[in-house]
Amino acid sequence: MTTQPNPALPPRLLARLALARPVRAERRSRSQLPVDRIGALLLPLILPLSVLLLWQIATAREWLAPQILPSPLTVFWTFVDLVTSGDIVEGLAISLRRISVGFAIGAAFGLSLGIAMGRSAKLEQYVGPSLRAIAQVPSLGWLPFLMLIFGIGETLNYVIIAKACFVPITINTAAGIRNIPVHYVEVAHVLRLRRSAMLFRLILPGALPTIFSGIRLALGHAWIAMVVVEMLADTAGVGYMMTWGRTLFQIDIVIVGMVVIGAIGFLMDGGLRWIERRLRRWAPVHA
Amino acid sequence: MPENKYDVFLRGLAFPAVLVLAWILVGQFGLIDPRLLVPVQRVIAVPFFDPDGRTIWLSLVTSLVRMVAGFLIGGGLGILIGFVIGTSSLANRLIGPSFTAVRQITVFAWIPLLTAWFGNSDGAKLVFIALSAFFPAALNTQQGLRDVPIALIETSHVMRLSWRTHLFRLLLPSALPSIAIGIEIALISAWIGTVGAEYAMGFGRGIGIFLAEGRVQFRMDIVLIGVVTLALVGYGMNIVLRCGLRRLVPWQRQNS
Repeated sequence: MTTQPNPALPPRLLARLALARPVRAERRSRSQLPVDRIGALLLPLILPLSVLLLWQIATAREWLAPQILPSPLTVFWTFVDLVTSGDIVEGLAISLRRISVGFAIGAAFGLSLGIAMGRSAKLEQYVGPSLRAIAQVPSLGWLPFLMLIFGIGETLNYVIIAKACFVPITINTAAGIRNIPVHYVEVAHVLRLRRSAMLFRLILPGALPTIFSGIRLALGHAWIAMVVVEMLADTAGVGYMMTWGRTLFQIDIVIVGMVVIGAIGFLMDGGLRWIERRLRRWAPVHA
Repeated sequence: MPENKYDVFLRGLAFPAVLVLAWILVGQFGLIDPRLLVPVQRVIAVPFFDPDGRTIWLSLVTSLVRMVAGFLIGGGLGILIGFVIGTSSLANRLIGPSFTAVRQITVFAWIPLLTAWFGNSDGAKLVFIALSAFFPAALNTQQGLRDVPIALIETSHVMRLSWRTHLFRLLLPSALPSIAIGIEIALISAWIGTVGAEYAMGFGRGIGIFLAEGRVQFRMDIVLIGVVTLALVGYGMNIVLRCGLRRLVPWQRQNS
């Protein structure tokens, strides 16, 4: 889950290794030429542009029916339409509320159980194996089961998102706390820190980077699970918009939905990755 | 305090045991609607004695065949593409960004488009399973090749090793652990993709369709045994793969 440096190496040597990481000399010298730099910028665009071109030609010459493949321009105008009419914004607002509520529930339970499991080896032995077994079943597998219990509706969404968040947050929180160096805990005991001081000054700050990795994982899972639920068992949200477009044979709506889902997933993961990097920099080095 | 391994194992079993016991008791006294919480013995009996439940075996085999086919197509293409963008910096700059961009789309979001293009037939399901297996295989192959130590690559160039020696003596051995992880994730993704595709598209046979029908008929016993089967297959594949890949890549431990 997290990349950890080889624990066998002493920390001082590790630090030196980190400083002496070799620069890829060949790449740097190459991109210094201005012509190459422009080339480097254009190169990644060749493939998408040629796909776009082929797509345009295919639709202009009507190689495929527009119900199968609408032209790129149609897709673009559908996108503009959906944005200006507020359909996308509305759907996204619903999806966002679902993620927030589900995440809040899942994270609250996950953090509490994770902290308890990290602090008590006994609890870990009792609950840990069951939890890891549950983690083996993807959220999608739980869907038919939960649909029978909760029916189709908002509750189902919250439960599935909360479950998708709960498992990785619990596992990572417990792992983060267990990985706090023993001597820190011993010092805290020797200093006779109060329980609250120990929790807020040592345990939580020490485990924060690992916990945050769990949160990033959780939100990623939650986003996927939500799109699936919206597609299969719902009447609102971005996922539903796509199913709806598919039933009407309006593939332009489907494609717009895919792009929006990809863009949001990307932005969310990028932002969380950025926060995660900051947290890691600040964290004490305990491999 | 010294912990007995056997004790630890028993403690892990305690929680599920209590759950099953509670389930049996609740069933005995009829505290909850038996349609919602079916008795344990009925769930266990369903794949053997129930006419609707007995189709699970054929469904399971169909799904497994479908998964293997999709996995072979998607995983094979993934390793190929991953290899190309992992070894050629030109290909990486050409395809890499597009690959990363397309990867951002949750695979399940492809289902409506695929059903529009290929119908609800086996073709659409196969394409979707292949797509689920493709991305992890490609990504891990590329990463494994990118992480081959540059010093070794340079040494190989200085020694003017032939392309074949370079490939079989340096690139593949050092990338294989990462490729193995890619194969593992690809197979699990293919399994989830199989169930998802069957569940979402319906039509035909398969464990996902078995689940969907059980839900429509409000048969909790069928749904439960389906979910358990799906989990067991995933778990079993994990174990088999881990043993198989460890044998395939005996030098992995030095790296990790």
